[in-house]
Amino acid sequence: MQRYEIRLSGSGGQGLIFAGIVLAEAAGIHDGKFVCQTQSYGPESRGGASKAEVVISDEEIDYPKSVKPDLLLAMNQKSCDSYFFDLKPRGILVVDSTFVRQLPTTRATSIPFTLLAREKLGKEIGANIIALGAIAVLSGVVSLKSLEAALTNRVPKGSEDFNRKALKIGIEAARDAMKQKAGIEEYEDSSDQ
Amino acid sequence: MTAKRSPGRQVLLQGNEAVVEGALAAGCLFFAGYPITPATEISEVMSYRLPAVDGTFIQMEDEIASLGAVIGASLAGVKSMTATSGPGFSLMQENLGFACVAEVPCVVVNVMRGGPSTGLPTNVSQGDVMQSRWGTHGDHPIIVLAASTTQDCFSLTLRAFNLSEKYRTPVILLLDEVVAHTREKIYLPHPDEIEVIDRIRPNMPPDWYIPYEDNSRGVPPMSPFGEGYRYHVTGLVHDVRGFPTQRSEEIVGFMNRLFRKINQNFFDIQQIGEEMIEDAELVVMAYGSVSRSARRAVREARERGIKAGLVQLISLWPFPRQAVEPILRQVRAVLVPELNMGQMSREIKRVNQGQTRIETLNRIDGSLIGPNEILTRLLRM
Repeated sequence: MQRYEIRLSGSGGQGLIFAGIVLAEAAGIHDGKFVCQTQSYGPESRGGASKAEVVISDEEIDYPKSVKPDLLLAMNQKSCDSYFFDLKPRGILVVDSTFVRQLPTTRATSIPFTLLAREKLGKEIGANIIALGAIAVLSGVVSLKSLEAALTNRVPKGSEDFNRKALKIGIEAARDAMKQKAGIEEYEDSSDQ
Repeated sequence: MTAKRSPGRQVLLQGNEAVVEGALAAGCLFFAGYPITPATEISEVMSYRLPAVDGTFIQMEDEIASLGAVIGASLAGVKSMTATSGPGFSLMQENLGFACVAEVPCVVVNVMRGGPSTGLPTNVSQGDVMQSRWGTHGDHPIIVLAASTTQDCFSLTLRAFNLSEKYRTPVILLLDEVVAHTREKIYLPHPDEIEVIDRIRPNMPPDWYIPYEDNSRGVPPMSPFGEGYRYHVTGLVHDVRGFPTQRSEEIVGFMNRLFRKINQNFFDIQQIGEEMIEDAELVVMAYGSVSRSARRAVREARERGIKAGLVQLISLWPFPRQAVEPILRQVRAVLVPELNMGQMSREIKRVNQGQTRIETLNRIDGSLIGPNEILTRLLRM
């Protein structure tokens, strides 16, 4: 696999940098790939723009940040608007539809990560892990087994089950979204004829 | 005194965390500092790693005191370091000069962020290159290294300790925000795989010890304070016994020795990285995080048939002129991208003496120069 670039964006406090670290550890240490995880954030501890990037490659990584992301996760409208145009042509856009209402493309994958966390986990703080599970399925760049191992390794003791559950919700949500999408594409293909 | 070491393994670490691993591998057992973005993680990790190996971590009241404590610990025979960023590095300048004159081995890590003053705390910069060379007053030699990858953070921290012990001098390790915060998979070697240098101790009886007497290395042996070898430590220019002097020949002898111990070991200290230099017509000279952008730009330029090469400057001071000069003569033009208004390019131009065309690419908005910016310039050169 050549360079694969993922950008996780949203606002500070949504746990995007943590999600980036888990993703990097899963791909780097558990899957044995080369990884670089970088971040940018403002001086505020919550609320400012936050961005984490993960570059995964079979070769040594020169430039550590993303040039043109293959996958963009936008956890709010502002980050979706700011970064959508950086995305590679045919790149994957994943948005948290709890907050992102205006989609720049019909090909976006919309999953209400925060809403799912609120409803199925009882609190919003699992939204980043749900998103992580979804990204893993949609990109196929990291094995789910490695992701779970890296995640349970990084989270505080006692919260493993909560996080495993969050990951599973994300994985299922992404599979549903893919099925739905395949259905739409099939319909579009057939209507072309 | 050696720190407890872990076996060789692959780990995902941030640059700042790798600095801690490098320091512990070198045998560092004392850290005094004051947390500051983007160097905070070094203090944070040290605060629990050092006590675990019977070392000492102290959060001081400010950066002046931090380097003071480090100097004291080193005189007591313990390998010591501190870490800071721009504003804290400014406060350390006075004690940095003291460490130069008193010849106290220590490592100062400066993670560069946007400046001057409080500047851009969370953004990347390379604005402290000249400060690291000339920040403290008076004529003095200094060793400054610049890391560009997480693996570098480990190996250059280790090297910084080795050089400081070998030459009894403070060594500054420059990181920048991107290097410090990039997490990467790196290899942490087993202690058997690395070389650790300790300061030379006096081997004569205490009564015969002349603490600052010259020798062929220019580096007097050093005994931990309080072990019977008596010596005076001062920031004043001193004679071979450590007491202040105003005698011309003693002043000159002392100053010359300070410079000589670095200059005569220039080839041991000088360090650059080269990529695709043999047949290069255009060369990018970069350091720190920018050299990673440059590496990608050079590879992409090669794919387009441009004979480009990369020189990564690792030892910034003393400037690696012996390694750089032949390359300057060999190529058609040189591009120096850096995150300041032109600090290293100024030195490269000085060494170049007008022989080769030198172009600069400067960015000061708190963002890293991307590979495309460098490639675009290479295409026009």
